[in-house]
Amino acid sequence: MEQLLTVKKGNSRTTKIDVEGVYYRDLNAQLRELSSKGIQNVQLLNVYGQRYIGTNLSQPMEIEISGTPGNDLGFLMNGSKITVYGNAQDGCGNTMDDGNIVIHGHAGDILGMSARGGKIFVRDDVGYRAGIHMKEYQDKKPIIVIGGTTQDFVGEYMGGGILIILGLNLSEEKTYRAKFVGTGMHGGVIYLRGKVEQYQLGKEVGIAELEEKDYRVLHDNVNEFASYFNLEPNKILEHQFIKLFPRWLRPYGRLYTY
Amino acid sequence: MKTYLPPKFLVERDMDRCIRCKVCINQCSFDTHYYDEEDDQIQSIIGNCVGCHRCMTFCPTQAITIKKNQHQYRDNYNWRPEIIEDIIKQAETGGVILTGMGDDKGQTIYWDHLVLNASQVTNPSIDPLREPMELTTYLGSKPDKIELDGERNLKTLLPPQVKLDVPIMFAGMSYGAVSLQVQESLARAATEAGTLWDTGEGGLHPSLYKYKNNTTVQVASGRFGVHPKYLDVARVVEIKIGQGAKPGIGGHLPGEKVSAEVSSTRMIPMGTDALSPAPQHDIYSIEDLSQLVYALKEAVNYSKPISVKIAAVNNSAAIAVGMVKAGADIIVLDGLRGATGAAPKIIRDNVGIPIEMALASVDSRLRKEGIRNHASLVISGGIRNSGDVAKAIALGADAVYIGTAALIALGCRLCQQCHTGKCAWGICTTDPLLSKRINPDIGSRRLVNLLHAWSIELQEMMGGMGINALESLRGNRLQLRGIGLTDSELAVLGVRMAGD
Repeated sequence: MEQLLTVKKGNSRTTKIDVEGVYYRDLNAQLRELSSKGIQNVQLLNVYGQRYIGTNLSQPMEIEISGTPGNDLGFLMNGSKITVYGNAQDGCGNTMDDGNIVIHGHAGDILGMSARGGKIFVRDDVGYRAGIHMKEYQDKKPIIVIGGTTQDFVGEYMGGGILIILGLNLSEEKTYRAKFVGTGMHGGVIYLRGKVEQYQLGKEVGIAELEEKDYRVLHDNVNEFASYFNLEPNKILEHQFIKLFPRWLRPYGRLYTY
Repeated sequence: MKTYLPPKFLVERDMDRCIRCKVCINQCSFDTHYYDEEDDQIQSIIGNCVGCHRCMTFCPTQAITIKKNQHQYRDNYNWRPEIIEDIIKQAETGGVILTGMGDDKGQTIYWDHLVLNASQVTNPSIDPLREPMELTTYLGSKPDKIELDGERNLKTLLPPQVKLDVPIMFAGMSYGAVSLQVQESLARAATEAGTLWDTGEGGLHPSLYKYKNNTTVQVASGRFGVHPKYLDVARVVEIKIGQGAKPGIGGHLPGEKVSAEVSSTRMIPMGTDALSPAPQHDIYSIEDLSQLVYALKEAVNYSKPISVKIAAVNNSAAIAVGMVKAGADIIVLDGLRGATGAAPKIIRDNVGIPIEMALASVDSRLRKEGIRNHASLVISGGIRNSGDVAKAIALGADAVYIGTAALIALGCRLCQQCHTGKCAWGICTTDPLLSKRINPDIGSRRLVNLLHAWSIELQEMMGGMGINALESLRGNRLQLRGIGLTDSELAVLGVRMAGD
């Protein structure tokens, strides 16, 4: 693995590494070593499917990835910032605790599964079950913003957090295709730009208009999203949004008898 | 709707003994007893009694006796009272019957059909009270071969190992299913006895971080309380795929038990049902399992064994091979009789296979594949005494988990009301007042006593067989014989008929 060069950028140094053909275990071991040495900025070039990038770093780092990182990018991540110039695979942000992931492309299935905190921004589309089982507690609140559309079961089992779906690549003719949206949801909220039909939603999900506090949350996060991808936030925000919320705290409370 | 259900238990109170002290009223969390001021008498609403014996145990004058309601249905082997009453319950509520603890039905308990050997004449038995005996067990993957250097030091890098002084660990019981006081009792007892306790899937309360050297943490489909610190304090990280009480379905913590503290540990809203998805949605195959195993290995920098727990089902042996090849350092099988804090009764009593059969077939299959050393094999689900432990080890287990037995040591009377959150013994509840009924000082003492007693009994049985180290009993099926079993049962168990 070739450490190409270390460039001084302001007060911090950026370490560039070409990781073509490097085994994931060696790559992650090196990241851990750099992290323990206090290196804060790393650029990974020619990433081809290496898994678990960003997991278990002793100090938060900023990692820029060129190429296609493998599954479980940022698994259990605790505060690092990852930017991917390319697509992310399955399990991006899996059980993430804190940090920030920005994907300049698509992401695969179970984006942000069981996330407990941190933010994920995906410019394009994502796969199945995005935001499944996200959680929140007090100030720990994961946020996912998806620029394109999602596959089925988005927000399944959601227990907390915020999921924003912008559908920027949709039009009058091309609408959301996802079904079972928010099925089993019992916490958190989904903001969706445009509209979905009732049959596309899980039976636990209600539709409401946004209130002022919703717009504040939306505004902040869409602004941040737009800033990463050079988009005009106001143009995104001027469109109609709906809010999807869990209708009951205990969707299955009456399913059982003792 | 008027219920057609008859009361399950009768409360008999000897009025000559009763001193109207109201202890029974205070102790019962199911509102069975009340004081009738007019008559100056304590009365009982018998329909509320769940038969947990809390009042009976704490009555200072032994005035109370709880008896099974002996009302008779017309004899019918097919339509037994439990079956009739379940139908009544469902007709009145339309609900899935939820219950607690393990399968209580009459499927064959194979431990009762296995007997152990002892030395007579041809080789001497050992007296464990005066001669050295070893129960030490190391959990973790073992290399195929080891190399020594010139000084006879180990050159081979060993995968992470965990040393147990007794081959008995406490099974995963989550915070939320059981109280924090119960978990503290388990953690302290495990620490004192040199074994492990298991957090279950509800996360780990920070007050228990200090027992880290003896803690197994669970990563289940709900991913409750899984964060870097949680893995950091663990001695073993256990991926929970399934549970013997409810194979194929996810964990279920009824909203009644999701208190403020449980909500903070699990990171879900208070009062909501904590549901774990049926599968782990990042695991749809053995390859995916491998992905999570190695994700966790990365997350702990390959410093701790990763365990994978499944419910014992039809294809356990083939699945176990996959699990070992996926990188699991420890595999856990939880059998048909494994218990739970809440599960649909129909699943608890009908899904899964007996642990004895699963253990024997998995151990045999791993040996055949030549990978038995790559993972330790732990079993759970219905281990009742040290005899069961000895038989399990002889059938091929490295260690066992006990859950129900540990709870009985703490006071549990198997009333199966765990899912209601009203446990009068303060075990399976998160009610702050009820939880105080378990004092971890006393609880851990009772658990350590149990492990101590079982250890001595294990040594006695081993000594009788002329074996002085547990390692020599492990997978030593010649020390077992079957009674009352068919040829095919004996074949699966890999055990010969008594007398053969």
